[in-house]
Amino acid sequence: MGSAFVLPLLILGLFVALTGLSLPSIKRFGLHFIVSPAWNPVKHDFGALSSIYGTLVSTFIAMILAVPLSLAIALFQVELVPPVIGRVVGSAIELLAAIPSIIYGMWGLFVFAPFMADHVQPFLARIGGNLPLFKGPPMGIGMLTAGLILALMILPFITSVTSDVFRMVPAHLKESAYGMGSTTFEVARKITLRYGIDGVVGAGFLGLGRALGETMAVTFVIGNSHRISASLFTGANSIASTLANEFTEASDPLYLSSLVELGLILLILTVMVQILSQLWLRRMRRKTGKGM
Amino acid sequence: MQPRLATYRKLTNALVVGLSGFSALIGLFFLGWILMVVILKGMAAFSPDFFLKLPTPPGVPGGGLANAIVGTLLITLLSVLLGVPLGILGGVYLSEFGEQSKIAAAVRFCSNVLMGTPSIIVGVFIYAIMVYPLGHFSGYAGAVSLAVIMLPVVVRTTEDMLRLVPNSLRESALALGAPRWKVTVQVVFRAAKSGLFTGVLLAIARVSGETAPLLFTALNSPYWMESLSKPTANLTVTIFNYAMSPYKDWQRQAWGASLLIMMGVLFVTLVGRFYLKGRKTP
Amino acid sequence: MSNVVRLTRFNWPEKGVPKGVLTGEDGHAWLPSPVRENGPKPKAVLKPKISTRNLNFFYGRFHALKDNSLDIYEKKVTAIIGPSGCGKSTHIRVYNRIYDLYRDQRATGTILMDGEDILSPACDLIKLRRRVGMIFQKPTPFPMSVKDNVTYGLKMHYKLSRSRLMERVEWALKQAALWEEVKHDLEKPATALSGGQQQRLCIARAIAVEPEILLMDEPTSAIDPIATAKIEDLVVNLKERFTIVIVTHNMQQAARISDFTAFFYQGVIVEYGETEKIFTKPEKKQTEEYITGRFG
Repeated sequence: MGSAFVLPLLILGLFVALTGLSLPSIKRFGLHFIVSPAWNPVKHDFGALSSIYGTLVSTFIAMILAVPLSLAIALFQVELVPPVIGRVVGSAIELLAAIPSIIYGMWGLFVFAPFMADHVQPFLARIGGNLPLFKGPPMGIGMLTAGLILALMILPFITSVTSDVFRMVPAHLKESAYGMGSTTFEVARKITLRYGIDGVVGAGFLGLGRALGETMAVTFVIGNSHRISASLFTGANSIASTLANEFTEASDPLYLSSLVELGLILLILTVMVQILSQLWLRRMRRKTGKGM
Repeated sequence: MQPRLATYRKLTNALVVGLSGFSALIGLFFLGWILMVVILKGMAAFSPDFFLKLPTPPGVPGGGLANAIVGTLLITLLSVLLGVPLGILGGVYLSEFGEQSKIAAAVRFCSNVLMGTPSIIVGVFIYAIMVYPLGHFSGYAGAVSLAVIMLPVVVRTTEDMLRLVPNSLRESALALGAPRWKVTVQVVFRAAKSGLFTGVLLAIARVSGETAPLLFTALNSPYWMESLSKPTANLTVTIFNYAMSPYKDWQRQAWGASLLIMMGVLFVTLVGRFYLKGRKTP
Repeated sequence: MSNVVRLTRFNWPEKGVPKGVLTGEDGHAWLPSPVRENGPKPKAVLKPKISTRNLNFFYGRFHALKDNSLDIYEKKVTAIIGPSGCGKSTHIRVYNRIYDLYRDQRATGTILMDGEDILSPACDLIKLRRRVGMIFQKPTPFPMSVKDNVTYGLKMHYKLSRSRLMERVEWALKQAALWEEVKHDLEKPATALSGGQQQRLCIARAIAVEPEILLMDEPTSAIDPIATAKIEDLVVNLKERFTIVIVTHNMQQAARISDFTAFFYQGVIVEYGETEKIFTKPEKKQTEEYITGRFG
């Protein structure tokens, strides 16, 4: 039965192998790697800042859009429509999760980005004219489009967990709140959401982990430029997209090593999110005292 | 005490109810949009050549992705052969032998962490342990990276499915004097058969659309493969390369490959869901 | 008949009970004019608060209540008894239209509450449910602090200053005989209270918004005997202010705390009248068999 121990070995192996290959870069740049915005393969000067920035900002855009949207959809399918329709809508939304990342990339690059450039970005530039967020030429590809597609990709995960959580709120508790004269929204906000807040946070962690490491869809639409810009219209990059784009081109050892170190940073980020969400889930199980 | 009017509350409620319905519509709209685009553009690329011929050199129209279709099938098959047995054994350990122990908890924890690890990181990992030391990309490396991604999924579903087998069944078999391993193989597996099958299907669906881990393991190739120990053509990396190319004909074929991959993944997912029906979802 | 004799030993609410409640001939009972020509006159004139006429209720195709007609009197405790599944909970769930939450449930007939038909589609459910509080079988503390539980409905239905709000919280908790036990723990989560305390908190939460009617659906079936006794005392005190309808499967409880009792069987009101009469001289054989424990 030793097979199960392959799993801990794999986790250990991930860290050892990635650290091993990034040693040249770690030796050369040290901690400065994390805060340096440089990325110059010709001059052999590398830094992770622009990739980390892009990863965090695109994830942030995805989260602020996907979380409220998921809550609203979960509310819709659990509380507002008959169970049959709710299940149909739920399955359809879950289908979004089954579509491979590369398909989102294709659609994003050839269909959604032009749509953004022609319609959404000019509109945003008009209404938010003076904000630095919406400055620059509307090219379609860039941070905003990447964030939007990420939001769409993590939406089904958060919706699915959230609607399960909503379904677990005891009927008598909801009846009791309705019996006080609450409206549907008041019951959802003050009772259902409060009762299931732990589960909703867990769902958020799940989406967060996904968004941080999502590669192909982002690579297609983020624009792949090592720049840090306040505008969401300009091209950017994320750790995952940098790896996908440059890994096979990395000719010299320091370049390769820097890329692997980027991967190591991403690994640490996602493992931290995982650990947090696991601890959260455990706390939740202990609190509710029943198998979730 | 004079009760206040509920008009404002009712309006807010109507607004939120409307918004949540609208949100659901947004989700469904994007699903429909993506499916429609991929189907329309993909169908336009389908032709006998697409399935039967090799790629043409850059810029030359025509040709097909026969080598990539075969490559994807082979890599996926090999990853299933590697990942499924190992995953099932791991799941059996967790559910049948190590239920409450600290070690099992640690294994389960690692499984969850691995499930949340981005697939591109798995690609870098396999690059570091297979491609880098050996000095060349290979189909084998691609299959191993997919197997690593599949592993925690199979472990989780196996454990969940075996948990659903009632303990009374195990006990009555043990009471007949059967040894533990025999009970597992003969009784528990049989009872959980369709559940395990579903788990394997979902794991296949999970990996067959993966691109990131293949980018620097299997790489890609415009030729028929001679062996899996060389760079191997596959559909997803081909989509990536073709989509990023300036050639219209390649972009058209990328859509065809996208439709093929999407149909495959959705088909396997739907079959898996169908089997899962009536069962407790993990 | 020894059971009946034993039952009558409980304290009857002797004052204010009118004599001579009639039972209709076709199975359902209702009260005609409470004032009778002969016999002692009641001390107070009874005023119907809720008049139910020809109420039918359906769960999908299942016909759960059959042509119920019943008057609930103001500031009295009315108990509804009967075997499980007889429709007693269903009946009171119509009074605040909580069944509306479920799409396959529907009610026909008329229910006049102070002359207004609450079954009409025009009825404002928010207003109705402010006027009609409900206590459930299981305590249902909301996932928030003790104080927030009590202010939940208050904040919704009234605009009150902070000090007025706290006055109301204290008043409601005192009415529910809970103030002394929780006055130092108002910020504690309500789920940390004991079962009996939770149930009294739910009562405080319901009466804080000053409803006119309190519906109680087997409020003591999930809690221990000592807490049950507290809640029974509470019910008797609360009828000074509120009209109370209590569903119970515990006949001693009905006998101890109610002024009127309705006996339901298979969705039909078999007999309805003063509690004393129902428990000592029931007119229907089914009623007698049920209260003496021969079935149900």
